[in-house]
Amino acid sequence: MPGQRAGKSSRAVGPSDGGSSGKQSLSEAQESELYGNGGDMSGYNLSIAAADGDDDMEDAGLNGRSLVGQYTATKDMLNEFAHGDTAEADILDSREKQAQIASRETDYQRRRFDRRLSPERADAFAKDGQQGEGATYKEVMAARQLEREEERVRRVIEEKEKSGGNEVLDHKPTLKDDAPAPVNGDKTPPIEKKRKRRRWDEGAADEAPAVKAEVKEEPEVKKSRWETGPEEQKAPARSRWDTTAVAPSSGAPPAPATGANGARPAMPAYAFGTDISNRNAPLSDEQLDMMLPGESEGYKVLKPPPGHEPVRRPVGVPQLPTGYQGFLIPEADNSLAAMGKQLPTEIPGVGDLQFFKNEDMKYFGKLTDGADENEMTVEELKERKIMRLLLKVKNGTPPMRKTALRQLTDNARQFGAGALFNQILPLLMERTLEDQERHLLVKVIDRVLYKLDDLVRPYVHKILVVIEPLLIDQDYYARVEGREIISNLAKAAGLAHMISTMRPDLDHQDEYVRNTTARAFAVVASALGIPALLPFLRAVCRSKKSWHARHTGVKIVQQIPILMGCAILPHLKGLVECIGENLNDEQPKVRMVTALALAALAEAASPYGIESFDDILNPLWTGARRQRGKALASFLKAVGYVIPLMDEEYSNYYTSQIMEIVIREFQSPDEEMKKVVLKVVSQCSNTAGVTPVYLKDNVLPEFFKHFWVRRMALDKRNYRQVVDTTVDLAQKAGVAEIVGRIVNNMKDENEAYRKMTVETVDKVISTLGAHDVDQRLEEQLIDGVLVAFQDQTIEDPIVIDGFATVVNALGERTKTYLPQIVATVLARLNNKSATVRQQAADLISRITFVMQKCDEDPQLIKLAQALYEYLGEEYPEVLGSILGALRAIVTVVGLHAMQPPIKDLLPRLTPILRNRHEKVQENTIDLVGRIADRGANYVNPREWMRICFELLDMLKAHKKGIRRAANNTFGYIAKAIGPQDVLATLLGNLRVQERQSRVCTAVAIGIVAETCAPFTVLPALMNEYRVPELNVQNGVLKSLSFMFEYIGEMAKDYVYAITPLLEDALIDRDQVHRQTAASVVKHVALGCVGLDCEDAMIHLLNLLWPNLFETSPHVIDRIVEAIEGIRNAVGTPLVMNYVWAGLFHPARKVRQPYWRIYNDAYVQSADAMVPAYPTFEEENMRRHELDIFI
Amino acid sequence: MADKLRAQQQLEALQARYIGIGSADTTKHEWTSNIARDSLSSYVGHPPLLQYMSIGLGQPREKTRVQLLERMVRPVGPPPAVSEL
Repeated sequence: MPGQRAGKSSRAVGPSDGGSSGKQSLSEAQESELYGNGGDMSGYNLSIAAADGDDDMEDAGLNGRSLVGQYTATKDMLNEFAHGDTAEADILDSREKQAQIASRETDYQRRRFDRRLSPERADAFAKDGQQGEGATYKEVMAARQLEREEERVRRVIEEKEKSGGNEVLDHKPTLKDDAPAPVNGDKTPPIEKKRKRRRWDEGAADEAPAVKAEVKEEPEVKKSRWETGPEEQKAPARSRWDTTAVAPSSGAPPAPATGANGARPAMPAYAFGTDISNRNAPLSDEQLDMMLPGESEGYKVLKPPPGHEPVRRPVGVPQLPTGYQGFLIPEADNSLAAMGKQLPTEIPGVGDLQFFKNEDMKYFGKLTDGADENEMTVEELKERKIMRLLLKVKNGTPPMRKTALRQLTDNARQFGAGALFNQILPLLMERTLEDQERHLLVKVIDRVLYKLDDLVRPYVHKILVVIEPLLIDQDYYARVEGREIISNLAKAAGLAHMISTMRPDLDHQDEYVRNTTARAFAVVASALGIPALLPFLRAVCRSKKSWHARHTGVKIVQQIPILMGCAILPHLKGLVECIGENLNDEQPKVRMVTALALAALAEAASPYGIESFDDILNPLWTGARRQRGKALASFLKAVGYVIPLMDEEYSNYYTSQIMEIVIREFQSPDEEMKKVVLKVVSQCSNTAGVTPVYLKDNVLPEFFKHFWVRRMALDKRNYRQVVDTTVDLAQKAGVAEIVGRIVNNMKDENEAYRKMTVETVDKVISTLGAHDVDQRLEEQLIDGVLVAFQDQTIEDPIVIDGFATVVNALGERTKTYLPQIVATVLARLNNKSATVRQQAADLISRITFVMQKCDEDPQLIKLAQALYEYLGEEYPEVLGSILGALRAIVTVVGLHAMQPPIKDLLPRLTPILRNRHEKVQENTIDLVGRIADRGANYVNPREWMRICFELLDMLKAHKKGIRRAANNTFGYIAKAIGPQDVLATLLGNLRVQERQSRVCTAVAIGIVAETCAPFTVLPALMNEYRVPELNVQNGVLKSLSFMFEYIGEMAKDYVYAITPLLEDALIDRDQVHRQTAASVVKHVALGCVGLDCEDAMIHLLNLLWPNLFETSPHVIDRIVEAIEGIRNAVGTPLVMNYVWAGLFHPARKVRQPYWRIYNDAYVQSADAMVPAYPTFEEENMRRHELDIFI
Repeated sequence: MADKLRAQQQLEALQARYIGIGSADTTKHEWTSNIARDSLSSYVGHPPLLQYMSIGLGQPREKTRVQLLERMVRPVGPPPAVSEL
């Protein structure tokens, strides 16, 4: 940066050393010449504040070094977090981005943006034989061929560049070629700043240096600038920094006019970003003739097509930016735009939208232009109509969306496929699309497809381009949606058209396109049937022309079983034959995908269909011997999936053939290979043909050597695979064999490895038991599991599960170790870390059963007493576990033997019931419920009443389990202390506001009525109905409904008692009232089927029947259910008498509900309707058979 | 609107399984045909009833059965001509 400094320390120094040439010497010596010997610059001002220009070039060009002392942070540092990867995101911005699909996608998925919507295709299969407009199959194939060729050429060029032959292509600046190489490689850029600095200079003399500075590459530049005048300048060679395009011949610097040479005009003041190299007028015909080859060389000047009008843009108007699609409202204020305020939410003719994004303006901006619709053509109007409907669907509120979707669907054929898809598809290609929008647009396509049917043909490829990416979306539902659309598309367009549309993409040069097309083809196969597609697939898989096509063909076959599962079985032979030969393809990629396809087929076919694989067994096995690396992995995978299909002797033979390779590959460092061999080992060991002896002798030593190492525990996927495979091996090799080998790992220093071991032991022992574990192994197991338990730092249920499994499996054999375990647990209950305490308590609740079996009740009591002490625990998670442990102990030792006694324990629990934490609530209510159930008499009734009040709050808990437990507890308490008091509490609770609470109270009353017999409850309940308050009456009805549901046939005794109440409820003005009454009627009626209560039921039916015309869905559903209930109670014919009257009523509104009742009756008891059908007068409708009389 | 659509779909699904169910648009001819077919299949499906009818008609049971089955084709005559509206 001497150059730069020279600029800064500009001081008018007269040209010295005038005799020398303007060219600077390349040596350092000149500096000393300028500044005096020794380069002492103390006399110069080193820091004048001239850096007021933009200085972004400075850093870049000068390697960021500065000889001037820096007393502040560099710009780099200051801006470190302003852009690039480390940029701090705008909060609002990032939230908006999160919702966008594109932001979640991988690079591969994002390649969908590389695809463009293709032009429309001709419909070769149109009914009238007319192809219509658009590209034909032939044209498309030719275009693909061209693309491939382009791609090939491009690749060749890239190759060449890489191998160093880039002289032709990379146009280097000429300077570099003939000028001597710069000493330190930094050229001096023409910095804007310098020109400004020249303000300090005077006279023409100092104009030159700037140019000099540009020209010279050496640091010495600065020296010369003071010594040369303009007359001495040579024509500067252009360096790549010379972006200001002035005529180089003049040698004049692009300097502002100064007094000395005022003749030079000032720099034209172009706006930023304007490229003055652009032409300022269109090329004339003469110019074009000169530039382009003429007819003599075999070219021809084409006439513009009739009606073509060239776009004439006034000269000087800047080009429209690419992607400009219409007028955009300029952003007034960025901050407001970020808040989403400034964009309209109301579009003329659309109404109020939920939101309107910036990007939407691009597509829907037309709607806001306020053009007069009266002057538009029909086509334009149609376009606007569709646009409006789409906007409503995409951005509207749910009701708007619904009607708009319906209109689009109904009018789809009038709108026409073109008009619709030309608007929908670009929307789907928008980068900022969000899930919801995509879902809605896809839905539109789905509905519209259904209506358009074969009109859709020219647009099939366009739709595929948009929909295929859905098939590889991370979101499961998006994939399903994509499949749905493609299968509908296939059904609408027909197989032939689908094939001719997608065929050109099969050997597309882009792998992404081939991949998605293969998946789409698999969907087509599942929609139209595999047999229909099989001949085509066979042809594709044998394509001689390109291996891409073969690869894609095999990939289709691979995707079909993944999509259809065992539904491929009938066509398995065809599919396998189709790809069988590709196993020996010359292209390794094709061989690999073939093996993978075979694996997928075998997996889907399992356990059937080995005969279909007969032909490929030999190539597969011999192939596996020949392959290496990735190809071997895929072959082994196929082998692994085929072996389980074989019968015993075959699998034995084939396993021994392949095992050698599998064992060899145990030591492969490749992750993929590891996964595959693990899978193959577990698949082989599961077959009947593989003997335990073989496993023990040949597989296990190598397996444990390579896979039971700490490294495997670190990667989650490997971990899982190793555990699963070990468990599978244990099924064959036996518990002792496997556990014996890994038991010591439980004391390993690596926690993940310990956990992996415990999980394996857990799975092995829980499936196979601990019968063949001997004394020594038993000790090791308990020892190891205790160490793993004590040393765990990360909260994870795995270790506790393993501990519980081991202890429970050992059963009474654990007795000797129990004192040690209990001591450990007690010590850890007192630990200061909450997690440790929680784990200890959790462990207790898992091992109480075994402790009781070992007759260790005293130990249990000891634990219970310790736990009782810890009921004051402040961490809710821990408290919940402690309560759980207490409950487990109470369960096994029984309430009478429990220490501390129940009457001490329960009062401690009452305040805990008020704890709002879900885990605490659940465990307390469980414990309290258990005590209420088994030992209510240990506690006095007053305490129970107190608990009742606390329980009321639990009725509105979020968790269903808690509400259910609370309801059941009400039942137990009512049973223990009699229903009166509990019922009074509950009836009082019916008056509260909260619906959930009332509903749960109603359930609780139902339960109380069930446990204490209805007659103890019903009088109070019916009395409560007299309270003139809607909520209470409804609550009573609801309780009755639950009660009758629970008591079933007991209802018979209460039918006549309850009828007057129901009568009153069924003629209430309030429809919810009638609805609830109807549900009571339903349960009563179902309770007394065949119990001789028909008269009451008919009475209730008469009251119910007029409600048939209710329109609210809940009400009408309940009414219909009640009528169904009564139909069951009194028999179908009686109810049918009511139905006949309305089936053919002139008013549709009447007919509809009557037919509903008729249909329900028909579905449930069609046979019972036969005797009740009406008789007709007409001769041909009479049922003569019924007149037969003996 | 959606409810209506769903109800329509449910009805169609149900009708695929139970052919005899109807809707507000069912015509008298359709309904009486269904009634007749249901009745006939019920006679055939209850052997005692079939036996009773056979005795009454004085013919073997199998013959009655076949007669009844054959009557299921257009049990109430051809459908009325569709008007050109």
